[in-house]
Amino acid sequence: MIDLDVGKYGAFVWPAYAATAAALAWMVADSLIRARRWRREVERREDGRREAEPTGRGR
Amino acid sequence: MIQALAFLTNPQRFLAFSRWAAPLFGVLAAGLLLAGLWLGFSAPPDYQQGATVRIMFIHVPAAWMSLFCYACLGAASFLGLVFRHALAEAAARAAAPLGAAFTLLALLTGSLWGRPMWGTWWVWDARLTSVLVLFLFYLGYMALLAAIDDEARANRAAAILALVGLVNLPIVHWSVNWWNTLHQPASVLRPGGSALAPVYLWPLLIMALGYMALFGSLWLVRIRGEVWRRRAAALAVQAAGRS
Repeated sequence: MIDLDVGKYGAFVWPAYAATAAALAWMVADSLIRARRWRREVERREDGRREAEPTGRGR
Repeated sequence: MIQALAFLTNPQRFLAFSRWAAPLFGVLAAGLLLAGLWLGFSAPPDYQQGATVRIMFIHVPAAWMSLFCYACLGAASFLGLVFRHALAEAAARAAAPLGAAFTLLALLTGSLWGRPMWGTWWVWDARLTSVLVLFLFYLGYMALLAAIDDEARANRAAAILALVGLVNLPIVHWSVNWWNTLHQPASVLRPGGSALAPVYLWPLLIMALGYMALFGSLWLVRIRGEVWRRRAAALAVQAAGRS
């Protein structure tokens, strides 16, 4: 049975859990956002390269 | 193991592997963390520490991860320095912010645990000071990477700093045995087995596995980001050459 009552230690236990939640959330968000940004940058540049390349057909 | 690592040194193979491995580790981490929290808050208050024992379930795994991430950073730096392998350099760069975050968490939650138990937020004892030095090594590594424009030189300089910092890992681990510290000696990873009752040991180990799985997932995601960053830089150079 879960017991969330930490009595007089609430001023220490809950900030510790809040800091942990914030840090883990930052780690997840920063990792995903950073990876997504660079993947989109690669896709954008590869699209630009394809458009710039001559196809060579019909010559 | 070495064959598996060699297989993954190809960036395309790594991207294909991490595409399914990263979410798998992420789901595993979520499940383990939920189970660990459930068991941790179901455990009775400790007869000496009361409800503050619940801080142990988030503090100790963060402290373990701070060392584990640095060991990964050191190993990747060594491979990057010796073999100049792009994925090893990417792995080192990717491990540093995660390790710094775990180390900061260990320091913060330890301080919040120390205040009610020791009567102080901070003390310059060997364990706390060596963990602070570990955090500074992480910051120094990231600052060095950011400060040098030439990426090859930046990787080399940061890798050397990371290897120097490896000396600090045994100091952190054995500081509580080598010096008289306010921080208690190891109570889980010690000769003769754990001193913790199973009711506290199981949630602690499950939370530690959850942190490990989370690191595994996010490390893969960040290495993927590094691979794409390098690819984008290469494409930018190609585009500049054409124009």
